[in-house]
Amino acid sequence: MSTFLPSPRLLRSLLPAFSLTVILIAIFYLQPRAMSYFGLNLLLNLALPIAFATLAQMCVITVNDLDLGIGAFVGFVACVGATWLNEAPLLGAAVLLLCILAYAALGALIHLRNLPSIVVTLGMSFFWLGLALLVLPTPGGKAPDWVRAAMTFKAPGLPATIYASALVAFVVHLALMRSSYGTVLRGVGGNPRSVARAGWSILKAKMTMYALAGFFGVLSGISLIGLTTSADANIALRYTLLSIAGVILGGGEFVGGRISPVGAVLGAMTLTLAGSFLSFLKISPDWQIGAQGAILIIVLALRVVINRTGAK
Amino acid sequence: MTALLTKRIRTVSEKPWIWAFLGAFLVWLATILFTGGTGAGEILSAALAFATFSVIVGIGQMYVITLGPGNVDLSIPATMTFAGAVSMKIMDSQDVMILPGLVIALICGLLVGIFNYGLIRALRIPPIIATLSSSFLVQSCAIAYGRGIKIKPPELLADFTTTKIAGFPILAFCVVLLAVVMSVVLHRTVFGRSVHAIGQNARAAELAGVKVDIIRLATYVQSAVLAGLCGYLLSGFSGGASLNMGAEYLLASIAVVVIGGTSVAGGFANLPGIWGAALFMFLLVTMLNTFGLSAGIRLLLTGVIIVGVITLAGGRRE
Repeated sequence: MSTFLPSPRLLRSLLPAFSLTVILIAIFYLQPRAMSYFGLNLLLNLALPIAFATLAQMCVITVNDLDLGIGAFVGFVACVGATWLNEAPLLGAAVLLLCILAYAALGALIHLRNLPSIVVTLGMSFFWLGLALLVLPTPGGKAPDWVRAAMTFKAPGLPATIYASALVAFVVHLALMRSSYGTVLRGVGGNPRSVARAGWSILKAKMTMYALAGFFGVLSGISLIGLTTSADANIALRYTLLSIAGVILGGGEFVGGRISPVGAVLGAMTLTLAGSFLSFLKISPDWQIGAQGAILIIVLALRVVINRTGAK
Repeated sequence: MTALLTKRIRTVSEKPWIWAFLGAFLVWLATILFTGGTGAGEILSAALAFATFSVIVGIGQMYVITLGPGNVDLSIPATMTFAGAVSMKIMDSQDVMILPGLVIALICGLLVGIFNYGLIRALRIPPIIATLSSSFLVQSCAIAYGRGIKIKPPELLADFTTTKIAGFPILAFCVVLLAVVMSVVLHRTVFGRSVHAIGQNARAAELAGVKVDIIRLATYVQSAVLAGLCGYLLSGFSGGASLNMGAEYLLASIAVVVIGGTSVAGGFANLPGIWGAALFMFLLVTMLNTFGLSAGIRLLLTGVIIVGVITLAGGRRE
């Protein structure tokens, strides 16, 4: 019997694409007018910054940590982007580079002192929020024109967001899933001791993954202000939870370095669409967060069912 | 004589909780030096009153963290809000409903705790993700249930949570008692010893006959019930439940445990430190406020100090 079923591994990797398809079909059914270039563009408008934030979270999760400060960090990047990056591009770029280095240093600190990433990153969320308020005390600023132009680019055929997401997913997939050092990086999440025995530096790996997380956080903040044109310190606080949810929806496990970059991008898109879907269903905004929780639990439950059928 | 004294000093300084109290004292000292001594007593009294709530949820979180790596309860803020909103609505500002309200708040916690552990077991997911997912649902329930209403707590409850005798809050006294009881439970009962054993080596504990599943269930339920209790008391203290009343307790509940000297890797708990750490956290914010800094600098320094203290307190212990 089981020979007729695809392998559980394949089923699991198809699950994120399946969730996205289900929610797209449901949206098209409820609101047929969404099935157009303009409609898709509106629906997926905010998908790119969320996808970048999700990839940032995925990098941290790869090494068995969790980043509860990514939302505040993205907010800070947005504030820098809408002020310094616009007025003094060199200074702005230097600050953003420093941010990435700060993330790498955070990874080193967490590893060297064996600290719980949750507490450290939660503490850092205050740090980023404070910095953001110092850079931009009241909402405002102006996104640089080139960022604005890039984010409102009209691609032929499909909205540019879809091309960009696909490209990013592909590149990260190559880097983490297909390269040899990517395997080592994931191995740090799977079995750090054996990776260390094989002569690789865990410290270096953790710093790399945190630096990557910082890099994607920067991309998330910059792409966000390209869409909103101005910034606010609190602009991205909800990204912390969204990014974690995106990684789960995308098939990432929370231990063992089992991740999926393509899945994470699909998960971020599913979450972006879930908000519109719920409002098309006329579900009260009160239940929006709850519905996200319910979607997560359903997907996790489906995964258990798939694993069970595989075990039989 | 001197040898005895040095030995005494050494035994005291080896207790991890001493650092939290020392930190709290130093921050308090810095504050009153800045104000020139005015308000020293009031600050301490306010710190006791506010620290109480972090201690209640901190105790629950400490038991959970002691279960071992990966165990943490992220649903505490949502549970607090939910229990606070439901109990305030049930009590409807009537003194006679105080006890039923308390029972309802505890039942809310009980249900969330069972649900949390149910998710962890049934879906075989790390507790972080399970409690995070369930907190979305609980938070939504709280929002939908407590929508737009501001119900005052019963007068008697408000009095009980805010009354001070010679500057010492009654509630803080009760929670000191609670801490003593929970400390005895932690070190002297089968339950407490089992929690330790699971945190040190879950497999060995299981082979030694510890009922790992039941103990873990009880620990998660205990954490959620304490969060329910905290939500109930905090609503009484602050004149009603609000939808973001739990928000700051996500960081607070974890930070007081870690700063208080409990091992993050599990297996070694430390209860007195929670009180010291909770006082430290409140006094820190008071100090930064007293210095008259802008919101940005205040947040920034809070972040830096929390990360700094955790780096010092929560490092690898041999």
